[in-house]
Amino acid sequence: MHLLVKLSTTLRDHVPDYQPNPGLELSDIPEESTVAQVAAGLNIPAEEIKIVMINGRQCALEDVLRDGDRLALFPAVGGG
Amino acid sequence: MSFEFRILRVDMAARTCTFEPVPQEYTGLGGRALTSTIVAREVDPTCTPLGPHNKLVFAPGLLGATNSPNSNRLSVGCKSPLTGGIKESNAGGQPGGHLAKLGILAIIVENMAPEGEWWQLELGKDKACLVPSTVTGLNNFDAVAKLVEHYGDKCSYITVGRAGEVKLTAASIACTDRELRPMRHAGRGGVGAVMGAKGLKAIIVNPEGGEAAPLVDADAFRSASKRFAKALAEHPITSKGLAQYGTAVLVNILQEAGGLPTKNFTVGQFAEHENLSGETLNKLTKERGGEGKVAHGCMSGCVIRCSGILPDKKGKFQSKWPEYETLWCFGPHSGISDLDKVSRFDYMCDDFGVDTIDVGVAVGVAMAGGGIPYGDADAALAAVAQISEGTPLGRVLGCGTATTGRVFGVRRVPCVKGQSLPAYDPRAVKGVGVTYATTPMGADHTAGYAVTANILACGGKVDPLKKEGQIELSRNLQVATASVDSVGLCLFTAFAILDVPDALPAIVDMLNAKFGWKMTGDDVVTLGQRILTTEIDFNRKAGIGIGQDRLPDFFTDEPVAPHNTNFDFTNEELATVFNWRDEVKELEKNRK
Ligand code: SF4
Repeated sequence: MHLLVKLSTTLRDHVPDYQPNPGLELSDIPEESTVAQVAAGLNIPAEEIKIVMINGRQCALEDVLRDGDRLALFPAVGGG
Repeated sequence: MSFEFRILRVDMAARTCTFEPVPQEYTGLGGRALTSTIVAREVDPTCTPLGPHNKLVFAPGLLGATNSPNSNRLSVGCKSPLTGGIKESNAGGQPGGHLAKLGILAIIVENMAPEGEWWQLELGKDKACLVPSTVTGLNNFDAVAKLVEHYGDKCSYITVGRAGEVKLTAASIACTDRELRPMRHAGRGGVGAVMGAKGLKAIIVNPEGGEAAPLVDADAFRSASKRFAKALAEHPITSKGLAQYGTAVLVNILQEAGGLPTKNFTVGQFAEHENLSGETLNKLTKERGGEGKVAHGCMSGCVIRCSGILPDKKGKFQSKWPEYETLWCFGPHSGISDLDKVSRFDYMCDDFGVDTIDVGVAVGVAMAGGGIPYGDADAALAAVAQISEGTPLGRVLGCGTATTGRVFGVRRVPCVKGQSLPAYDPRAVKGVGVTYATTPMGADHTAGYAVTANILACGGKVDPLKKEGQIELSRNLQVATASVDSVGLCLFTAFAILDVPDALPAIVDMLNAKFGWKMTGDDVVTLGQRILTTEIDFNRKAGIGIGQDRLPDFFTDEPVAPHNTNFDFTNEELATVFNWRDEVKELEKNRK
């Protein structure tokens, strides 16, 4: 299946040549993959991921992705 | 010991400066608790904010001039000419710590100088006097540069720019940072207009001879302060995140969550968001080098260091790192995606002395009303430049969003109690919407920053698109924030306070060790509630009823993309935020 993966701040360091626009366009991701599996495939350590969003909604690392999903991963971030 | 905290009363009509012992009713208070208590006791709530009966109060926090990290903020209070209610706005920079070192618990500026007269207040150890201002007519950067020539680089400076001189209702009060740049502002609510109305152009704070605040139990203080520093160092946001990316780190996450208000709150996402992100700021600052700086602290004792310096293409200082709010209002809200233009806007606001939020939101609202072409950065900058020139358009924008909306006949004016909404769409981040509607300050995110649990997974998790849990979240945060604002702590310490169990006890232990108190965590809650009660009572007497705890109705009428949610709290639900108040209990009773 296809996914669009968006990475934030330090998580970008794990993916050489990450282009924020448009993000990572992945194809050939096995159906029923979880967020954790996709992150592992990108060599992003799970313990660095604090916030997971699928299509703009907060989700968990164990959640299963669907074809065409937009996945965003964030470490701890904050401001105000 | 000779060190004794005193109140400095400055009468602008009589031109007298009097040090007074601290009256019983003000002891044990600092920061916002003190400014709000003084305003509530000494200012007639029905007075004209720009007239002689209003007072302008400056107060460092309870932990000012100690070696606690991040505790040197300065609170400024008065009746707001923008909201018509009570106001506390606080700023970083050096003056807060300097005032505390001089043993000044608060400065109360009262009365007004005769029309057309401008004065500056010279402060030093046991010394305060008003002298004719030497910097009248200058904006903040030139004013401070000239003051530094005369008074030197060891002092810190509090100034108003031209916006404050002509009393625009979005005028701010500038405090200098460690490098003597007037870039840390008490921004919100038009406090700069009140300083201008008094005829007070500048305050020069000479810390020479000042000393660290006395501590009842120095050893206990030291160990508690170390624990607090450790909590800040442990938390990823306060130890690294803010330093590396500034508050601009929020651009991408709010974009992703669909809560980045775009084109005057008509959608929740902006296609060119990445140009304005914290990641871009970090990268550009490093690439351009020169005078740029990642991880800059705005005041002594800051270990979080969220305020970078953005250089221009030649490596020369251009502005501080614009805050997320600034990036947003001149950016997505106004259809602008050029970071250097936003940086220019930020510098102009710092220089003229206006709130970036109220003016930036006004720019987007003027665009909605056809006054400035939508998305045209150069036209927008030219319009903002007129604030300094004092043209009619400049004055309209400098009076903020509510005035601008009225002048341009705009249907969607994002304000509560006359103050503009900040950078989180209340339909997609509902917890902060509850805060906007109900805080006595007028729409203000910092008053109860529910973005933490709604978006940042900090201090728990509450679904941002649902109503459940939001009232309670906003209530708890508003109460806690009132206390944090009284201690003099930078609000960004709150990330650690929310997540690291030992952070709050460490603060309580510092207070106990400094003052010889026996406070508990519960007392912090009581203090926060007491401050809010004082502020809301003032507003009631000023004519601001519970019926003004509302968002403009377009937020309830119009769902916002991408989640297509609206702000769906009933008035009865909003009325329960301050549930310890009698008027709320009364409402509840009548409903049953
Ligand atoms: S964290 Fe930022 S706003 Fe707070 S004191 Fe430090 S530099 Fe100033």
